[in-house]
Amino acid sequence: MNESVTLLTIFVLSVFVGIEVISKVSSTLHTPLMSGANAIHGIILLGAIIVTGSTDNAVAVVVGVVAIVLAAVNMVGGFVVTDRMLQMFTRKKPAKKVDA
Amino acid sequence: MPVWVQVAYLVCAVGFILALKGLSGPRTARTGNLIGAVAAVVGCAIPFFYLDLHHVPLILAAIVVGAAGGFVGARRVQMTQMPQMVALFNGVGGGAAALVALLELRELVAADEFAGSVPWFTLLATAFTILVGSVSFAGSVITFLKLQELMTSRPVVFPGLPVVFGLGLLAAVVLAVVTVVNPAEPVGVVLALVGLLIGVLLVLPVGGADVPIVISLLNAFTGLTVAAGGYVLGNTLLLVAGTLVGASGTFLTRLMASAMGRSVANILFGALKGGSTLGAGEASDRPVRSAGPEDVAILLEYADRVIVVPGYGLAVAQAQHTLRELVDVLGEKGVKVDYAIHPVAGRMPGHMNVLLAEAQVPYEQLVEMDDINGDFKNTDVVVVVGANDVVNPAAKTTPGAPIYGMPILNADEAQQIVFLKRSMRPGFAGIENELLFDPKTTLLFGDAKETLGKLLNAVKAL
Repeated sequence: MNESVTLLTIFVLSVFVGIEVISKVSSTLHTPLMSGANAIHGIILLGAIIVTGSTDNAVAVVVGVVAIVLAAVNMVGGFVVTDRMLQMFTRKKPAKKVDA
Repeated sequence: MPVWVQVAYLVCAVGFILALKGLSGPRTARTGNLIGAVAAVVGCAIPFFYLDLHHVPLILAAIVVGAAGGFVGARRVQMTQMPQMVALFNGVGGGAAALVALLELRELVAADEFAGSVPWFTLLATAFTILVGSVSFAGSVITFLKLQELMTSRPVVFPGLPVVFGLGLLAAVVLAVVTVVNPAEPVGVVLALVGLLIGVLLVLPVGGADVPIVISLLNAFTGLTVAAGGYVLGNTLLLVAGTLVGASGTFLTRLMASAMGRSVANILFGALKGGSTLGAGEASDRPVRSAGPEDVAILLEYADRVIVVPGYGLAVAQAQHTLRELVDVLGEKGVKVDYAIHPVAGRMPGHMNVLLAEAQVPYEQLVEMDDINGDFKNTDVVVVVGANDVVNPAAKTTPGAPIYGMPILNADEAQQIVFLKRSMRPGFAGIENELLFDPKTTLLFGDAKETLGKLLNAVKAL
């Protein structure tokens, strides 16, 4: 099978999976979901690492390093901030006991 | 690429699917996010083990710098500032994708000169990544500036904007075609610059209240950019992860837009069609009825059923905790109190739930709009704290109002309405609220936290 077609197949199937997995999300979780999805595309860090590590041109390395820094901010910041929000959603029960 | 690498990428991709799946339910959300984080870290570690990477110390240093920056930002940001933080994280991701594609274009140009056999579709995907990544970066930066109020949050339109925008799009298409026919680095750089221009022009005309939808849309853009980048690099993990975010982001954008009763196209280009999203943004001097905390305390004390409508102003005043105490005290006195949460309360969809969760309000008390709208007519007192547009009847009665068609909370059907307001300034959408002048309405002026504190003491004293 042609490699391009394989990649295209993966793309099309992923579109359906992407829509399917979040089709029943409640509006309560819209903000963390958006922020979590945001963190996932921080995986571009992987691409930035590969392109930077496979060139020796000075300008290209500098551009690559900038890309790595930006991507790492996206990935790490995204997951940490999402966790911070979700932490507040889950610590309900102990808080309720304190009130009572 | 060794087989174990491909399998490892597959495992990480499944991790991302589970992450998104988990994030869509309250009980599984935190675990889902953790799975996603682990998948991301593992995915990024893989190339170090199978590629002969150059500049490894430099790469690791860059990762540490970026990770530290992201971590500190994420820990320090206040919950009220969440929308602009998400916008910023999204923008840097888009920027990174565009830069990666520029570097990859360089490689492709070299390969093309050497063998002349780079498939046109790969070049097109590269051009797409450069362009849309730049759009996402510039658009997110403008979004950030608007939400952080470093620039006006009102729509910015200038004569000729549609023309410049159209020319920008045309230039982008031409440059993309040139990249496919005759790939060269300078063309890629110009394409990136055109992308930045388009991104700025795309977000400038969007009004403050609609900006959150744009964040979600740009998020989807970045996802697609990363997917295209994955195609160019032949990396299945990037392809799957980017596509998941692109698809779910697009779907989420449509969900949010429909919660506001608008189409995405209308949100983006509404201001261009004749300023319909421009509110006057000025305070009126029409007479209103105002009262003191003691009067409102009595009103609440003698009510059987109270609904609280919280808004962004509540969170800005950091008054969530005081509000929760007030609700608890009323509950002990036998008053049934719920919070009515509009889907777009706060500054991004679901934002209010996060803000109230921060104040440890039990989420059984948070009732979504569709479930509570029927209750307002049997409600004695509605307390509106720091909210405005989400109870503005203009959404139902005034065609042509910027928020016309947005589903609202039916606060106007209650027996009594109490507004806690700092001033008569209109809400985020910049339009006046008729409900403030309704004979059933009482206004309680002052800082939300201070006023709620006084109200709490007054209720306790009764």
